[in-house]
Amino acid sequence: MNFVIPDFMPAIPEIVLLTLASFILIADTMWSKRFVNATYYATQFTLFLVGILILISFTTAPVVTFDQSFVRDAFADVLKIFIVIVSLGVFLFSREYLKQNDFYKGEFFTLGLFAILGMFVMVSAYNFITLFVGLEIMSLAMYAMIAMQRDSSKATEAAIKYFVLGALATGLLLYGLSMIYGATGSLTIPEVKSIVESGKADSVVLAFGVVFIVIGLGFKLGAVPFHMWVPDVYHGSPTAVTLFIGAAPKIAAFAIVYRLLVDGVPGLVLDWQPLLIIMAVLSMVVGTVIAIAQTNFKRLLAYSGIAHIGFLLLGFIAATPEGYSAAMFYVLVYALTSVAAFGMIITLARTGFEFDEIKDFKGLNQRNPWLAAMMLIIMFSMAGIPPFIGFYAKVVVLQEVITAGFVWLAIVGVVTAVAGAFYYLRVVKVMYFDSSPVDGELKATTKEMAAGVSVFSLALLVLGLMPAWLMSVAYNSLLA
Amino acid sequence: MSLGYPILSTLIWLPIIAGLIVLFAGRNNPEFAKWFSLGAAVLTFLLSLPLYVAFDTTTSAMQFVERASWIPQYNIEYFLGVDGLSMPLVLLTTFTQVLVIASAWTVIKDRVEQYMGAFMIMQGLMIGVFVALDSILFYVFWEALLIPMFIVIGKWGGPKRVYATLKFFLYTFMGSVFMLVAFLYMYFQSGSFSILDFHAMPIGMTAQILIFLAFLIAFAVKIPMFPVHTWLPDAHVEAPTAGSVVLAAIMLKMGGYGFVRFSLPITPDASMTLDWLIIALSLIAIVYIAFVALIQSDMKKLVAYSSIAHMGFVTLGLFLVYSIVSKTGDVQGAALGMEGAMVQMISHGFISGAMFLAIGVLYDRMHTREIGAYGGVVNSMPWFGFFAVLFAMANAGLPGTSGFVGEFMVILSSFKANVWFGVLAATTLIVGAAYTLWMIKRVIFGSVANEEVAKLQDLNRREFAIMATLAFVIILLGVWPNPLLEVMHSSVDNLLIQATTSKL
Repeated sequence: MNFVIPDFMPAIPEIVLLTLASFILIADTMWSKRFVNATYYATQFTLFLVGILILISFTTAPVVTFDQSFVRDAFADVLKIFIVIVSLGVFLFSREYLKQNDFYKGEFFTLGLFAILGMFVMVSAYNFITLFVGLEIMSLAMYAMIAMQRDSSKATEAAIKYFVLGALATGLLLYGLSMIYGATGSLTIPEVKSIVESGKADSVVLAFGVVFIVIGLGFKLGAVPFHMWVPDVYHGSPTAVTLFIGAAPKIAAFAIVYRLLVDGVPGLVLDWQPLLIIMAVLSMVVGTVIAIAQTNFKRLLAYSGIAHIGFLLLGFIAATPEGYSAAMFYVLVYALTSVAAFGMIITLARTGFEFDEIKDFKGLNQRNPWLAAMMLIIMFSMAGIPPFIGFYAKVVVLQEVITAGFVWLAIVGVVTAVAGAFYYLRVVKVMYFDSSPVDGELKATTKEMAAGVSVFSLALLVLGLMPAWLMSVAYNSLLA
Repeated sequence: MSLGYPILSTLIWLPIIAGLIVLFAGRNNPEFAKWFSLGAAVLTFLLSLPLYVAFDTTTSAMQFVERASWIPQYNIEYFLGVDGLSMPLVLLTTFTQVLVIASAWTVIKDRVEQYMGAFMIMQGLMIGVFVALDSILFYVFWEALLIPMFIVIGKWGGPKRVYATLKFFLYTFMGSVFMLVAFLYMYFQSGSFSILDFHAMPIGMTAQILIFLAFLIAFAVKIPMFPVHTWLPDAHVEAPTAGSVVLAAIMLKMGGYGFVRFSLPITPDASMTLDWLIIALSLIAIVYIAFVALIQSDMKKLVAYSSIAHMGFVTLGLFLVYSIVSKTGDVQGAALGMEGAMVQMISHGFISGAMFLAIGVLYDRMHTREIGAYGGVVNSMPWFGFFAVLFAMANAGLPGTSGFVGEFMVILSSFKANVWFGVLAATTLIVGAAYTLWMIKRVIFGSVANEEVAKLQDLNRREFAIMATLAFVIILLGVWPNPLLEVMHSSVDNLLIQATTSKL
């Protein structure tokens, strides 16, 4: 067997990311004493550089390399660019929070970079091994990030929960993948696809494999009934970490669902579609109903995130290219909104005051009308009310399930959307109609954070007025 | 018909942009916020007049059309246009807006820029609702409108405002999402979101019934019809005066507009099958709600209930078509009912707006709307008494005021459909007169109730101007409704054809 030197070019962003992340990891131990912000700026620079690298070498035709294990296509590039955009925001918001809460460490940023590398690998996976390796790179980095605040028992508990359930999910996913491998004899996604479609593989084993894969993915996505870890981990983690795990990993999770189910086993759509329907309905209903009872804003966002995952799954249930692109549009919008929402908490938080209870938002309009207006945009966008982009995200997935013939699913969707509007409205209510127990202007922690949160929030409005651009990005990247 | 500039876009975006400017630049500068908003409102009104002057009354086609691609992936367009059904509503909006801004002049002291900004943005969105010809664009305006109204009621409203505003939002939001599902379903069938394409597409009976019901939920909540009307009295009572005026004068009309733009032309067969439902609910609204109004002790609540009864006339007039056509074949009689409904909408916009403004004038002075707290107001406020009596007469449907024209046309055509419909509808003339005049008697006339009433100041110049303008319009339309009927005529005829042509 001849050894062929693989084409490294498609993986240049990942290689650069890995190299610089490793460099920062080592350099951090030396410079962190003297230059407090050096790691932060190096991280942001790295992300920026990687984003530019992806942009200038944007691929429209898929390129496969590393012996059929790594693919670079428009789908991967778009998702990676959004992971970069979201992460830039995440790190921007995190820095000040970490400083105030006394665990500003360079590791937060380096672990973050490794997690992002893991996401990149997941997004570009072309066989099961690569996909699994990517997932683990991301997950391990995130376990450590959650546990970083050693003195907080809440954070430790969250880390253990996340680790145990995450490991369980990984195990189930791996089990499912091995069954598929057993039935088809291949680990490469297109080969699996063609073998499944040829009908030569044992359908019973395949069906079991799909069930395990879906359960594993359900855990990773945080879909009901595999959602138990989500609220505790969101609530227990330091807000900077919640921000990190609440946004970009959703994009990566979307990518592996797509790679596995749609690229990998589209022939088994009749096996995975009913499972997704159950998960979607449960997620929308349970996420919405339990969110109503929350008083903690982070838990509220956790449950509403579960409901959003239910909506996202509607796009997969449609099982058409348009449906997948609708789901992709949804996840991109959700990630942006999520960064804005968590960013808002961090922007308002003070040392020893997390600003994560809904009542903390009381009278925000009196104390800082600009940030209250931004929060209003975020909440109405999450609720799916026009003219904000969240509305179009819901419309496109609903449109696709209706086209696929599931009108009843669309009805469940809109009913839960109405119920969900209630808790987003409650946040607006306390901001605008309740008076604050404390008087005086409430300033953002730093000017950059106020600017950052405004950019993300206003993006929700601007994209909502011109949704065609982001839609066509999602649409073209899947159909190219 | 078209002018040298995109008039409809101007009417939508000018107030919205002005509202945003007020929001940002008006902070800590309430005087600027007020004058700038008033200027923008007057300018919008003046710019909307060419719409009437240049309107071609001979055609039912859409006029002043603007069309551009907006979301090409789903064939969603930025598609605007007006016909005889929507053009009067646009003028009603631009006209009312000037009075709304003026009415809040000295009343609102807290965060004036947010208040004015919210109303300016609302105006643009309301005009958007009436001129949008793409259903998604329509939906965007329709829903976006809830946000500023939610804030206005919740922030500047009465003591129970939070309950009222949440109820308002959730009721109307719930109603609308089913409409959205219906739009998406029709897009799936026709490949377009254009309302005109929806008008032309054939739809099977089952689908029509479902679409009709989805529309019914949306529009019934908005207009509102019995039994989903309960948010309206709450919202009215808690809303600040200008909020009540916008709600009654314009937002309720969006429900009626929905019936004429969507329900009747898109699902004519379902409308024919289910017309009994609407007629029954309308008659309940007219008779039962009028009696409910009779026992109210809060003036705003009384006018709010009377609005529900008056809106019952709108739905009744629209859905009488089928009984009349099938029973007598009298197409002219059916057109009379429809035109009556349209006139009723416009006239109710002026009259209810005037009533709420009058109540607002009293409330500003006495800070109560309880009828029992007043008595003999005319002694200290003669001019106010004059206008209040005039508006009350119009509300009761006195001939010579605009309130008479619409009600009379609808009652006339309901006699053609069924004598009992006519009898029931006509009771409102009696009960309506009873509750309105009884309120007037207790508030305006009689002996002076207490010292506070004796010390009341009569209308100032600003208030006088607002009241006089409304009185002028109400009487003008009452004695000379022709300019209004004229612009509607072709469009109503066309609507009648659409509503009675089967799409199966």
